[in-house]
Amino acid sequence: MIDIFDIMGPIMVGPSSSHTAGAVRIGRMARALLGETPVRAALHLYGSFAETGVGHGTDKALIAGLLGMAPDDLSIPLSFSIAEDRGLTFTFSEIDLRDAHPNSVQMEVVGEEGSRLSMQACSVGGGRIRVNKIDGVDVNFTGDYHTLIVHNRDDRGHVADVTYALSQAKVNVANMSLHRDAKGGSAIMIIETDEPIPPLILDLLRRLPGILHITYYEKED
Amino acid sequence: MNLDSMKDILAAAQREEKPLWQIIVETDMENRGVTREDSFAKMAQAWHAMLDASNSYSGKRRSASGLVGGQGEQMRAYATSGDPISGSFAAEVITEALCMGESNACMRRIVAAPTAGACGVMPAVLIPLYRRDNIPEEKMLEAMFVASGIGAVIAYRACIAGASGGCQAEIGSASAMAAGALVTLRGGTPEQVCHAVAMALKNLLGLVCDPIAGLVEVPCVKRNVIGAMNAMAAADMALAGIESRIPVDEVIDAMGDVGRRLPVEFRETALGGLAVTPTGKAVKEKMLGKRNKNRTLTIKDARWKLQRTSSSH
Repeated sequence: MIDIFDIMGPIMVGPSSSHTAGAVRIGRMARALLGETPVRAALHLYGSFAETGVGHGTDKALIAGLLGMAPDDLSIPLSFSIAEDRGLTFTFSEIDLRDAHPNSVQMEVVGEEGSRLSMQACSVGGGRIRVNKIDGVDVNFTGDYHTLIVHNRDDRGHVADVTYALSQAKVNVANMSLHRDAKGGSAIMIIETDEPIPPLILDLLRRLPGILHITYYEKED
Repeated sequence: MNLDSMKDILAAAQREEKPLWQIIVETDMENRGVTREDSFAKMAQAWHAMLDASNSYSGKRRSASGLVGGQGEQMRAYATSGDPISGSFAAEVITEALCMGESNACMRRIVAAPTAGACGVMPAVLIPLYRRDNIPEEKMLEAMFVASGIGAVIAYRACIAGASGGCQAEIGSASAMAAGALVTLRGGTPEQVCHAVAMALKNLLGLVCDPIAGLVEVPCVKRNVIGAMNAMAAADMALAGIESRIPVDEVIDAMGDVGRRLPVEFRETALGGLAVTPTGKAVKEKMLGKRNKNRTLTIKDARWKLQRTSSSH
């Protein structure tokens, strides 16, 4: 079902919903998943992002997103100098990504407390995005839902523990996927929910045995 | 209901004896689980953003390539002091379309309707009419709901992205949406809305997407003008009682068919049409130069490194 406000919208800073608005949303997603203020970022552009990125302000838009700006923020064109003021340093380069969407970016981000995130995402049109990889593990989610990302050791019971906690909090799971690098290795649960997850539940989940790390992205209107 | 056919929307309006906009509003309420007030408030945000963009236009801004900027101001000066061939109202529509398209290219805030590249069409026909006839805001929002319903049907049956179906899918869809909005504002019947949509889309069938250097600048900004002018003509024809001989859903399907069969060179890849003219290629070369320029000139700590690196996976 098409949302009529994807037709009459989004309200955004131009010139391109995929190359500008989508790029801001990718930056914002990285900031949310990092869970703290980014201070260093290395961004690698692929395909059309590399080819026409400068003319579309894709570079400025990605940095604007990392700074927490929304796609309709009129300061997006000034993001490089705002980054300098706020102590975010960054580098851009081009990259060859195999089997990636033409509008893709791969980035490594470091936060002020030392958290690190490696993320690959693409802009699929109309300002919509898809995250393809987190910390080297293939994933697939869009930010169209509240999204919980759980890093855990790959052994039994963690899925049941996490989903039980969510059901107790009356949070309904819309979509869920499991990914791991190797049997018994590190695993990632991506859980998309209809309701936002209360901070208390996030704290509880963080303390569950076997859970290594949790990040949470709250859907934007 | 699902917004997947104009025929079904029309039938629902007749069956329930409701105006088209009400069917669309109720669909949004159901789809997003919101109240009527929420739905109208969100549409009002889009409308106010269009008005803000229009009011904050400046002819001094320039786009990334430098090719776009100032044309809206030139047109406005000509329209107010000269004797425009198309008449003063149409000249205002042309001005508004240029201003909005330029604002988009110059990284200002716009409303994608249905896309950023086609953001000038809807406001170009709505804003001059709103200002001239002092139309209540409520009526403008109702017309915008009708337009979004039309756009949703086109997105479902065909496509609205230049990369999928060429410019006919962007400016063509925007023009069809604008035509439906105009007929609604003038109190036309739901059938007349459908005929206006069909005629507007038919007139732009086959239009290719061939942006110079891949940027949303040339010819995109000026194509917003033709989208707006075409919408007025289609709306006037429909209000005159002229009917589209091909039913609206069939026209939309035809647009989708043409889009799918358009060679990839004419679908936003900048590999055909105006993009590969000698002038188009020269602009691309210039932009490549900008891309290669070391960014340390603007940001001391950051370095725009241009060696091509290979992914390890």
